[in-house]
Amino acid sequence: MSDTPLLDELEKGPWPSFVKEIKMAAKNSAMSQDLLDLLEKSYRDKIGYWKHGGIVGVMGYGGGVIGRYVAIPEQYPNVRHFHTIRVNQPAGWYYSTDALRAICDMWDEHGSGLTNMHGSTGDLVLLGTTTEELEPIFDELIKLEFDIGGSGSDVRTPSCCLGKSRCEWACFDTMEVCHKITMQYQDELHRPAFPYKWKFKFSGCPNDCVAAIARADISFIGTWRDDIQQDDAAVAEYAKTLNILRDVVERCPSRCMEWNGDKLTIDNDNCVHCMHCINAMPKALAPGKDRGCSILMGAKAPIIEGAMLSSMMIPFVKIDEEEDYEAVCEIVEEIWDIWSDEGKNRERIGEFIERVGKSNFLEAIGLEPIPEMVAHPRDNPYIFFEQEED
Amino acid sequence: MASDLTLEEVVESMYKEVASVQGRKKLKPMDLQKMIYERFSDRADKRTCKKLGKEAIKELINSGRCVYSYYGGSFIELPPAEGVDK
Ligand code: SF4
Ligand code: SF4
Repeated sequence: MSDTPLLDELEKGPWPSFVKEIKMAAKNSAMSQDLLDLLEKSYRDKIGYWKHGGIVGVMGYGGGVIGRYVAIPEQYPNVRHFHTIRVNQPAGWYYSTDALRAICDMWDEHGSGLTNMHGSTGDLVLLGTTTEELEPIFDELIKLEFDIGGSGSDVRTPSCCLGKSRCEWACFDTMEVCHKITMQYQDELHRPAFPYKWKFKFSGCPNDCVAAIARADISFIGTWRDDIQQDDAAVAEYAKTLNILRDVVERCPSRCMEWNGDKLTIDNDNCVHCMHCINAMPKALAPGKDRGCSILMGAKAPIIEGAMLSSMMIPFVKIDEEEDYEAVCEIVEEIWDIWSDEGKNRERIGEFIERVGKSNFLEAIGLEPIPEMVAHPRDNPYIFFEQEED
Repeated sequence: MASDLTLEEVVESMYKEVASVQGRKKLKPMDLQKMIYERFSDRADKRTCKKLGKEAIKELINSGRCVYSYYGGSFIELPPAEGVDK
């Protein structure tokens, strides 16, 4: 009988299995073998044997290494330390195969050989090494022109969809903005100074392929402010194979489309830019030409409870020009100042806004309230009206 | 406000604070920043204190006199024995 009967169950079925990968790594790595045995024990005992946190990292950095230790090191000495390293991924996750091979070779030499491509924040995650190996790994990564990403109460590694590099729906250059933000805020990324984590995410259109609206403290989501581009001849082609009335028009969330069997009409003033019709008929419809992005704030996606979605802060802004970009950075820094001064420990910006009240928050950062910022109808019947002074 | 507050003073003030609470209390970078402003607000404005505070933390970490730690949030403390031994 196999030594890992419970884990073996997870190898069955058509999907990829992390157990299979750990078994492969275990052929050359004592660390991976101990990991496998420990995991089997955890499944058997229904107990997790890991501790995390503490003081590990590379010189000068406060983030990017997550200390992990096994609670029973005498039984599993090879995973006594099993630290995770987050590596700042390139914008849009573009690597050359040479670069990936170099990272994997380095990791076989200095760590367990196991990786996670990619972590939910976006980093390339290297799983399992010892404290002694951290500085050598950091040196090797720098030689390969990679850097460590964020963790703890800092700017987490910014991430973006591949945007204009491959997607015609991108309404701004996500990769460029993501890269610029990453370079500009190196200090904030490596030196935790906030009440809690801060995530930047950039999606080129409302399809939101990096799930910014659900995960980021500040989301930049591409949008347009003119009309959806429409090619009537291509719509007619779709009509031959697609039930436009049932599958497109009747699924428009704002009911702003009409199809008379011949002609598609969109009431663009009432379109909420959900992307459904564009996704359904990509050859016939496309985002408008006057493109930019919306800035939303306040999401968090914790593992157990309390998930929050972002809400609108700035409905439309151009960000490709230098001065537009700088104006956005000014707002971000203003927000950081207030949150750092007034935020509680482990309070995400969305929770902070909820605690202090959106109107107070807007006043503090100097943004005028506008109807688009209303996240949901008011449910409190008590309202204070302040008499405006002349 | 013109200020004669120096980076060295801020560094030493922070270091003493971290050392004095070691083992009893964990300090966040934010706590140290606020402490600097409380201590030196008669000699420098908030902006200057913030700027010097940020540089002082960098100096303490880069010199190895202090380290970052993580216990559900990020803290600054003296370099101790490894987390596993605690
Ligand atoms: S978010 Fe939009 S622009 Fe970005 S890759 Fe997805 S569909 Fe394309
Ligand atoms: S993008 Fe969405 S809201 Fe706008 S017209 Fe298409 S389906 Fe309707």
